[in-house]
Amino acid sequence: MADETKAPTATAEAPAVSEGHTQRPPSRGPRPGGGPGGPREGGRKYFRRKKVCKFCVEKIESINYKDVRLLAQFVAESGKIVPRRLTGVCTPHQRRLSCAIKQARNIALLPFAGRAM
Amino acid sequence: MNRTYELMFIVRPDMAEEDLDKLISTLETAVSTSGGTVKSVERMGKRRLAYTVRRFHDGVYVLLTVEGSGGLIHELERRLRVTEPVIKFLSVRIDEEQKRLAKIKAIRDARKKVAPATPAPAAEGGEATPATA
Repeated sequence: MADETKAPTATAEAPAVSEGHTQRPPSRGPRPGGGPGGPREGGRKYFRRKKVCKFCVEKIESINYKDVRLLAQFVAESGKIVPRRLTGVCTPHQRRLSCAIKQARNIALLPFAGRAM
Repeated sequence: MNRTYELMFIVRPDMAEEDLDKLISTLETAVSTSGGTVKSVERMGKRRLAYTVRRFHDGVYVLLTVEGSGGLIHELERRLRVTEPVIKFLSVRIDEEQKRLAKIKAIRDARKKVAPATPAPAAEGGEATPATA
């Protein structure tokens, strides 16, 4: 604390510590007014309606490479695995799902690449 | 020693039925000579392949579940690689997965047994236990 040239920062920090975090600028750009409605429409920054993990809800325990119909729901038309932010699958299930899809691709139950993009 | 494997292989579609039987019995004898057991053999029939394998568009799928050591599956894979009609194979180890599923099932059954003991009428309709997921 020998440097007195840092006086502006010292005064700025003190009220922040006493009041809490009100001095901090919000990390998400403009201050959210009404929650996940979003100030701008096309931004889609806030999570939409809460998607639930299909496996957690229906309590499907085993994700096998053999049930192609289940796996095909999580594969796009091009053959790519759909990311979990679109399907709402939770992380451990997504990992098992992608492993099963890759096994199914290896045994020619699912294609590596569908229609040529 | 008792690892459970699932071996799925695809045979070319223009192979005769008895040749397929011969192939499967050869594999079964190989399993028993190595000291394993064949749990099940399932012929899944002719299916359309998702992509062309060795210029074939269809194939006959066979699923073989065996129990044995690691060397056994090595031997089976070697045989399948050499066999001409087999165009693709995939072996998966499933004993860990079966253990996990059995554990989940045991927990579910234990929970179902505890629930009717408590005087809750909603025990039968749905699991009123808090979600652990």
